[in-house]
Amino acid sequence: MTLDQCFFALGLIVVISPAVLLAVLAVTSLLDRTISERSSAKLTEASVVVGLVAIVAILVLMLGTGRRHVPIELGNWVVIPQQHFHFHLKFVFDRLSVPFTILSFVLCGIISAFASRYLHREPGYNRFFVLFSVFLLGMVLSSLAGTIETLFFGWELVGLSSALLVAYFHERTNPVRNGQRVWSIYRISDAAFLIAALTLHHLTGAGDFDALMGTGVWPEGHVSITQSHALFVGALLLLAAMGKSALVPFSGWLPRAMEGPTPSSAIFYGALSVHLGAYLLLRVGPLLEASTLLQIAVVFVGLISAIFGTLTARVQTDIKSALAFASLTQVGIIVVEIGCGLRYLALVHIIGHACLRTLQLLRAPTLLHDYHTLENAIGGHLQRNETILARWLPTRLRAGLYATAIERGYLDGSIGDMVVRPFTRLFRWCDNLERRWTNLLSGGQSRESDDVRPHVESLEEFV
Amino acid sequence: MQELHLPWMELSIVIPILGAIIVSRLRDSAIARIACLITCSLTLACATGEWIDFVRLGTFEAHDHWDLIETIFHQDVFVIDELNAPLLPLAALLCLLTALSTLRTKANRFSFNAMLASEAILMATLSCRNALGIVGLLIAAVVPVWLELRQRGRCTRVFTIHMSLFAALLLCGQWMVAAGAVFIGGALLTVAALLRTGIVPLHCWMTDLFEKATLGTALLFVTPMTGAYAVMRLVLPIAPDWALQSIAVVSLITAVYAGCMALVQHEARRFFCYLLLSQSSLVLVGLEIATPIGLTGALCVWISVGLSLGGFGLTLRSVEARVGRISLDEFHGLYEHMPTLAALFLLTGLASIGFPGTIGFIGIELLVESAVEVYPWIGMTVVLAAALNGIAILQAYFRIFTGHRHMATFSLRARRSEKIAVFVLSFLIIFGGLYPQWSVASRYHAAIELIRQRTAALGSGSDQPGHADHQTNTKSAIPNQTTDATKAPITNIAAATAQESSKTENER
Repeated sequence: MTLDQCFFALGLIVVISPAVLLAVLAVTSLLDRTISERSSAKLTEASVVVGLVAIVAILVLMLGTGRRHVPIELGNWVVIPQQHFHFHLKFVFDRLSVPFTILSFVLCGIISAFASRYLHREPGYNRFFVLFSVFLLGMVLSSLAGTIETLFFGWELVGLSSALLVAYFHERTNPVRNGQRVWSIYRISDAAFLIAALTLHHLTGAGDFDALMGTGVWPEGHVSITQSHALFVGALLLLAAMGKSALVPFSGWLPRAMEGPTPSSAIFYGALSVHLGAYLLLRVGPLLEASTLLQIAVVFVGLISAIFGTLTARVQTDIKSALAFASLTQVGIIVVEIGCGLRYLALVHIIGHACLRTLQLLRAPTLLHDYHTLENAIGGHLQRNETILARWLPTRLRAGLYATAIERGYLDGSIGDMVVRPFTRLFRWCDNLERRWTNLLSGGQSRESDDVRPHVESLEEFV
Repeated sequence: MQELHLPWMELSIVIPILGAIIVSRLRDSAIARIACLITCSLTLACATGEWIDFVRLGTFEAHDHWDLIETIFHQDVFVIDELNAPLLPLAALLCLLTALSTLRTKANRFSFNAMLASEAILMATLSCRNALGIVGLLIAAVVPVWLELRQRGRCTRVFTIHMSLFAALLLCGQWMVAAGAVFIGGALLTVAALLRTGIVPLHCWMTDLFEKATLGTALLFVTPMTGAYAVMRLVLPIAPDWALQSIAVVSLITAVYAGCMALVQHEARRFFCYLLLSQSSLVLVGLEIATPIGLTGALCVWISVGLSLGGFGLTLRSVEARVGRISLDEFHGLYEHMPTLAALFLLTGLASIGFPGTIGFIGIELLVESAVEVYPWIGMTVVLAAALNGIAILQAYFRIFTGHRHMATFSLRARRSEKIAVFVLSFLIIFGGLYPQWSVASRYHAAIELIRQRTAALGSGSDQPGHADHQTNTKSAIPNQTTDATKAPITNIAAATAQESSKTENER
């Protein structure tokens, strides 16, 4: 077996192992033949271990042979030769994708082991693992994507699983509303991503990152498109990253996402999913460098998010929200690093932060328990000293900052007032207009749905 | 023209007619349901056989073996080609799944014989390439629906007004085109087709139909998208570029408007109707882009929307069969009782907006890709419409299946017949999503042929524009230039069709 064949086989295993897991769990669920908790956990464990071993083997081979860039070509997924149109299936193993994929497998492995006990006998146990497998596949595809379309594919899977896991506790309204909020923000960022991807495809004639970012391997490479095009596409990709990584002004969904079970909160919003936007910016780094204006915008967005995150995290009243905003602070700093062109630093920062935050979030419930035990033992609250900065700031400014931070920058309210409410009002008005029009044509009340109520009697009828 | 090995098309029309006659004589609704299922299965088998036979012939068009109508009238009325080949099994499948997902408890409320009669008309419409035949069949399809509304004692005025206008426009338009007044006739045909497709502001009949008819009937009347078929057969070959642009602009407006309206609906059927309007409008958007890739994308979206939104509607129907009409103002929490239907709801809904890994993904990608290339704002609007629909779908999913603990005193789980429907749909949606090449290649050929017919017809249009429709010889000469040189896509078309044409000639 040649070295290239070896890389090819290992690369396939990395991608196929989460795909097989998803296929098994999804098909059994769809056929209403859910497998036992033990089997779900074992299957997930096996899939993660196989994938992890394969990617580590690739890393060892790359280090041993000194190769920095290993593309795995799977051919064209869709091709119209006469139109020179193709969707290429290609995965790339390089200095960015390999560490990120290893990180994904390691953290997903930890979380699956944790969740198999944490969610024991939960009614949605199987659903959790189905969504977890969607997430794992999405992360692996996004990390290893060699074309922008493949990255989009994985990106969407991550988004869907995240939103559905926020709404994991189906019997309550709040998680579901929050899941909907997360999904809405994701859809906006996904739309920006899709337009950017297709524009890039159009500008360069191919979706391959090699074609987009020049011939150099990551982190080198120079884009072949003009500065104005780079600015337009880069701005769209920045918008996509802002949505996925909850950067300002899209930060409102991050604490809401904590409504999901702790293991998914830890892995999605503390570790992997929240860094996916930063990963995208890292991957298209040469594109950012093509436009100074774009770099300034990236630094500005990161800086604002970091400041907002640090202020807000300090006043949160629940630990998961505090950790969520603390994550935002770090993600903001990572984005600043990317904007400044410090890509290796950003990558190391992502890995370190993701591991630390995952452990913090997993520890959060027991930490609270320990904290209360400690307070009970000493018979009062633990003392808190004011920071030097707090002592220096004028009282009115501190009060203003506190009010802004406790209200999370009024971001949710502003989006509600400025976007959602006018939108709803306008289209409800259109709906009323349609009602009046059909009433006029009917010569009376035209809508039966106005009186719709769930029919209890129809249940009886069904028996 | 080549011949199929059996009279598949005539069989797939005659079988439902015979089925309708037999079912109408049965008194027992359970037996009627089984007879309907057998008829629909046979029709699907014939439609699929026809498709396979056609593919194996490797030609662009073919007609039945022992073509009775051709023998009597000396005209190829029922012709299978690249455009309608997959639409016929799709339509037959939707009919079968509708019958299959009709629970026995609801059998006495659903008219199986009317459904079979509608299926026969639908199969005939989709098989027909004769302009007058299409006009007659499109008008005939209205009758069973109208009769059902009457039987249910619902007000038919909205439906009647719109459909009368549709029939009048269609008849006048076709008469004028045949008389040589292509400009006015084409305009009338365009308005008629748009009315039937449900383009804003002529869409209110569709929401009214979903309110008043049974969901199964409304679904089968709307999801096969016969309006789009009319556009492709009657309007595309004769319409000038500006007419196609107008169709695309109103379709684009409809896609966004309906996407927004879907988000603010209070009731599930209306939500579904707007979702369908929004996504089905995208098929017509592909017309304006009119590049081979854009049209291929539109034809792919046609298949994916038909399949996925057909499945979505059937899932909604299954849920309705258990809990009655569904309000979206409150949470129902039905997931615990019907996880399979919830999964199918999500899968079909996401497939309809082109979620990666499902059948709709490549279609939307192709559509947006070519739109971005030609008119960036159209591409962005299509993406916006898909984003709005995505938000609306998950909102409806959450409202119907989550947010509340529903107490049921008996099992609401999917029945075996529903599970079969679920499995078939899921398989098609996922398989089509993971292996899209075959479908894309077939749709590309169809797009190239449609464009070639159009270019040929417009090129020779000065002589006999009125006869530029289906009788066009597919081997006719291709003009080098179109009338509007300012349109980049048309130049692409000429080049692409010429290239494809020479390739086809060589292959032959």
